[in-house]
Amino acid sequence: MLKVEGVAKAYKKAGLFSREREQVLADIHFACDYGECLGIIGESGSGKSTLGRLVLGIEQPDRGSILFEGESVTKRRGRAGKISAVFQDYTSSINPFYTVEAAIMESLRLIGMGGQEASDKLDFLLDQVGLDRSYRQKHPHELSGGEVQRVCIARAVATNPTCIVLDEAISSLDGSVQMQVLQLLKQLGQTYRMSYLFITHDLQAAAYLCDRVMIVHRGRVVETVAVEQLKDVQSAYARKLLGMVML
Amino acid sequence: MKWLKNALHDKVAMASFTFLVLIAAAGIFAPFLAPHDPKAVHMDMRFAPASWEYPLGNDQLGRCVLSRLIYGIRPSLLWVLAALVLSVGIGGIVGFVAGYFRGRLDAVLMRLCDVMLSFPGYVMTLAIIGIMGVGLENILIAFVLSKWPWFARVIRTSVRQYAEADYVRFAKAIGISDWQIMTRHIALVATPDIAVIASSSLGSMILQISGFSFLGLGIQAPNAEWGMMLSEAREVMFSRPELMLAPGLAIVLTVCAVNFLADALQTALDPKLGRSRQKPQALVSALDTGISGKSGR
Repeated sequence: MLKVEGVAKAYKKAGLFSREREQVLADIHFACDYGECLGIIGESGSGKSTLGRLVLGIEQPDRGSILFEGESVTKRRGRAGKISAVFQDYTSSINPFYTVEAAIMESLRLIGMGGQEASDKLDFLLDQVGLDRSYRQKHPHELSGGEVQRVCIARAVATNPTCIVLDEAISSLDGSVQMQVLQLLKQLGQTYRMSYLFITHDLQAAAYLCDRVMIVHRGRVVETVAVEQLKDVQSAYARKLLGMVML
Repeated sequence: MKWLKNALHDKVAMASFTFLVLIAAAGIFAPFLAPHDPKAVHMDMRFAPASWEYPLGNDQLGRCVLSRLIYGIRPSLLWVLAALVLSVGIGGIVGFVAGYFRGRLDAVLMRLCDVMLSFPGYVMTLAIIGIMGVGLENILIAFVLSKWPWFARVIRTSVRQYAEADYVRFAKAIGISDWQIMTRHIALVATPDIAVIASSSLGSMILQISGFSFLGLGIQAPNAEWGMMLSEAREVMFSRPELMLAPGLAIVLTVCAVNFLADALQTALDPKLGRSRQKPQALVSALDTGISGKSGR
């Protein structure tokens, strides 16, 4: 379904006349199937979030292609609503001027839903992420981090996507809330048969949610391994990463 | 319409708003409201004190001060407002395009703004008056020409900051069009910023127009304009200082009202500030730190 082939991305370094470019991603290959949850793991600066933006079609790769159901993700109309996202920073992931209702409505309107149907669907979605109707008229600053992230998940699910990119979606939450959101994601993934691209630096969270993990280091894929075989990773970097969690 | 409710609760804002609406209405309906012809000279009534027939007295040519004040609203407030709307409009479009799309377009537009901004505002206005002749319309054209780059720059900065936010990224990711993102998201969050810069420059534009009229470059005698009235009163500053009072106060009050209104508008539009007023003190301070932390980013 999602096929990433030979993707490379470089950013220009700061400075008006600087010709230097910093290679963020180089020669990335991977594929993600329907209903699969692929974890992308790497430390800060490894290029994993850039990869997320490329998959979402917000930015374009310098080289290579990203195909979603056989079409390039950079075509906006082609992917409308089929790929969705949840981001890390809960303080800016909902427009501060929007109520919860308006934020989710944005997604529902995109798939052509309106009126009573949309209103019912909104209640259903809120219920599904564990929030009640009273949240409809609230503004994001009145919600806690976990609640905002739940609204973001409801908003992401609203378009019935085939794939959701979770870019550090739980990293800014507290421990217990992280677990709740992870459970919610796992449960939703099973109900909707969606595939997840779970971008994180947290190996344990990835191991809980994902079927396969891909370890990224300095813009390159180090190793891709099924979660069950996580113990048997080959490369030195992956071993080091695993060792840090074990300690 | 929560912001409207917030605005209605703010007494200073409502007073400023009512004041400005009344002034604007008085300007539009000046021929019906003014008790006398603002240009009619009565040499026998020079410097007459306030009377029932002439509520604010008469100036050095015996003209009705109140009528001149009312007619003066048109150039001093209404035309300045029109020039402001035009320059904010142009600056807004350029700023939105440059701030949202970035890249080459941004660079080209901003260099254009830099070129325009490198002329000092007054010099630019004087040059245009020099080329096109003295008169209110030329000053207004000069205002639009010299102000839009400034608005474009400020609006671009604020759009750029909002275009980075995750809600814009989410909208892009699920495939909402750039036009809808700009109108539904960014225009909404940028409105308070735009309202504040626009209103603060409305104040300075009113003062500038008055300044140019004071120098004799704007409205030509015998037409009425507030700055012009001040300029005329200057000639008798020591013998009849009270003549400066009416136009001076009119300018000060209008500028103050505009600034108060803009301030209140910003507070009313922001859902965070709107609610926090009714919250207990501890919560408010907690919210405040959250807000400052966010805007500092």
